[in-house]
Amino acid sequence: MSELITLTIDGRQIQTEEGKTLLEVARDNGIEIPALCHNDGVEPYGACRLCLVEVTKNARTRLVTSCLYPAEEGLVVETATDRVMANRKMLMELLLARCSGVPVIQDMARQMGVSEPPFRPEYLENEECILCGLCVRACSEVVGTSAISLVNRGVNRQVAAPFLETADDCIGCGSCVYVCPTQCIKMEDVDGSRTIHNWNVSFKLKRCSKCGNYFAPEKQLEYIRQKLSLPEDFFDVCPNCR
Amino acid sequence: MTHRVASVQDLEALRDSIRADRDPNKTVLAICAGSGCLAYGCLNLVAAFRDEVSKRGLDDKVEVRATGCPGFCERGALLTVFPQGIFYQRVKIEDVPEIISETVLGGKIIERLLYVDPNTGERYVNEDDVPFYARQHRLLLGNNNKIDPTSIDDYLAIGGYRALARALFDMTPEAIIAEVKRSGLRGRGGGGFPTGVKWESTRKAHGDVKYVICNCDEGDPGAYMDRSLMEGNPHAVLEGMLIGAYAIGSDRGYIYVRNEYPMAVENVGTAIRQAEEYGLLGESILGSSFGFRVQVSRGGGAFVCGESTALMASLEGKVGEPRAKYIHTSERGLNNLPSNLNNVETWANVPLIILNGADWYSQIGTDGSKGTKIFSLVGKVNNTGLVEIPMGMPLREIVYDIGGGIPQGKAFKAVQTGGPSGGVIPESLLDLPVDFDELTRVGSMMGSGGMIVTDENTCMVDLAKYFVSFLQEESCGKCLPCREGLKRMYQILNDITSGRGTEGDIELLERLGSTLQDSSLCALGSTAANPVMTTIRYFRDEYEAHIKEQRCPAGVCKELITYYIIDDKCPGCGLCVDPCPTNAITFVAKKKPVILDQDLCIKCGTCYDVCNLGAVGVK
Repeated sequence: MSELITLTIDGRQIQTEEGKTLLEVARDNGIEIPALCHNDGVEPYGACRLCLVEVTKNARTRLVTSCLYPAEEGLVVETATDRVMANRKMLMELLLARCSGVPVIQDMARQMGVSEPPFRPEYLENEECILCGLCVRACSEVVGTSAISLVNRGVNRQVAAPFLETADDCIGCGSCVYVCPTQCIKMEDVDGSRTIHNWNVSFKLKRCSKCGNYFAPEKQLEYIRQKLSLPEDFFDVCPNCR
Repeated sequence: MTHRVASVQDLEALRDSIRADRDPNKTVLAICAGSGCLAYGCLNLVAAFRDEVSKRGLDDKVEVRATGCPGFCERGALLTVFPQGIFYQRVKIEDVPEIISETVLGGKIIERLLYVDPNTGERYVNEDDVPFYARQHRLLLGNNNKIDPTSIDDYLAIGGYRALARALFDMTPEAIIAEVKRSGLRGRGGGGFPTGVKWESTRKAHGDVKYVICNCDEGDPGAYMDRSLMEGNPHAVLEGMLIGAYAIGSDRGYIYVRNEYPMAVENVGTAIRQAEEYGLLGESILGSSFGFRVQVSRGGGAFVCGESTALMASLEGKVGEPRAKYIHTSERGLNNLPSNLNNVETWANVPLIILNGADWYSQIGTDGSKGTKIFSLVGKVNNTGLVEIPMGMPLREIVYDIGGGIPQGKAFKAVQTGGPSGGVIPESLLDLPVDFDELTRVGSMMGSGGMIVTDENTCMVDLAKYFVSFLQEESCGKCLPCREGLKRMYQILNDITSGRGTEGDIELLERLGSTLQDSSLCALGSTAANPVMTTIRYFRDEYEAHIKEQRCPAGVCKELITYYIIDDKCPGCGLCVDPCPTNAITFVAKKKPVILDQDLCIKCGTCYDVCNLGAVGVK
């Protein structure tokens, strides 16, 4: 059992367990802080910076990312000061300039009062990926395959399969698709075959011996079967028919 | 023959025997073999001296020594003749026989090779009297040309590893930390964090395995002080690390050197092998219970890997990306274990502090910044090179007295300090005492010690654009403000320098800059806006001239300038006609000015550069 600590968020005294991040504590208590690169299933990363909050400790005030900052006894946290909002607005403008046509980003920007980015229209981009790294982290931390990664530096950074070719280690599980906040990873199941276009991979789907429905890529089922040492015929029937 | 040094007595006996074998009156020809002089071909010079010495049968009387860099790169190849300390500059192979006959054998000075102060016409014989060196305080760099960096015996001969012996046998780890804290030493890599405090928190951190790390990933354009220390005196860095490791309670370490520094990689590797052979690295060092091993790891050329957490990720074999430091690396660093990282120059200061004491060290410098700092003095300044000054020296003294002022009598404009993410400091602040806090106060920073001087022909908007261009490529791209913010800043700056700037651009740059400072993940991002913010702060009128008047006051931004012939000054010599790549200049007749066709001119500036009479103007 972790020790209980008390901190203040937006004027409210909150008791929580040591070891949680500020974002977790805030959300547990119904205080909404925006974040795009965060998902409870993977380690915090701190890339989108939208979850910035102002913390005061020992009379020193500074901005920190709430998804990474550990809750501490006596900490005073403000989630929406002028400084926080000014930064968040600029970050949103930068995001919108990168992903000017992505609905999730457009909606979020609108909520923050950003209608259009302050940059010349000819420089606006129509990228779909915000480089939050959730797909890469899910693939490595949850699935354990590390089939994709973030490549290149700076403005050339992108998510890619090895050597920008095919993701040979991909098992077709679709975790990356599921976790992506902007739905920019395109996956489709057609005629017993699954394709993930972004990583140039296709998989044969397994048909359930009872209901006859395709239910998962054979490679994924084999990966799970070996990892958990399951019998060879374990996935002959789908979870629904089992 | 390998001596294994098993005790302090062994070490002193070895030192005595090395010194006994050396005649203090023997002539030593110390030739700089640092990176700058290598480019001048100094290795051929070393070979030529060795040949000449052998040919004349002087091997017993003269030693030719390839040393590290003493700093005056502008004047390479550099030769110092010891024990007299005669300083010859711009030495060429043709000078070798004469130097041997006249100076070494004849005891005469060759006037031609002496340094002449271009401002006063005065000649200087002794290295220490040359104005470039005279005002420096060369605690660290001063040893560079006294030793061959590939010889541990040379380092022992000048008192090397004595500080280690004192630390191991006369001091407790706590006493060492207290001494370093009291000395006021602050990290030379950029952050300026108190070194002793960092050591103390790593010592106190839980865990049996702790690392000490040396950061030699010096990636700033134009900066090479860590390189010169690592190339020129690697044992000093090793000795500092050994003392730090003992104080912290660490038995293993890494030296992270960028692979673009081949000689630093080689020399530190040699130093480690030699120290291992002597038993100064390994188990029970000098017979104590302290053991320490160190490995060299080569960096792959990413600027961001100079950031401590990115460096540690890179050491782990991962992509070099920073992480938040809410939990300090002194608690969880490399491999999630307590780690103490200091930069090359910081480590090299440690033996001096242990040997001479905190009181001695803290006499040098200002209240908040103690000791000396090495700067790479480059750009539009007469004496480019490495300068080591006591903290607190006014900028004016560095630029004018040590640097010799601005070439060609041009006007000083600003100094950019602290590397690509430092800020510019204008003429009005030239009397600023240079230390950590003062540089930060005016919007710049110490950084690792880059110092780029600019003159009247440098456009401040163009300068800011250059650094932003560098940083947007070197940003790791992980966090949004750094990656996207720098990209947008570059676009705006590019528009301004191309004459497409609009009202509101300056304010938008300021807003972007403040977001970068406030919300970036690491120090690369949070400092990246400094060049833009300080050029706006001190040269706002120059930005406005570009935006409102479509004019580049420094005459740099191509889209905004016009070259023209000043008819009164042009004698029609025609020197500019042929070099013009677009045949935009027409020769009329002797004594009649040439004609420049603006429609054909591509503003390459060639005519401006070739004209010796100042008859080409730019507006």
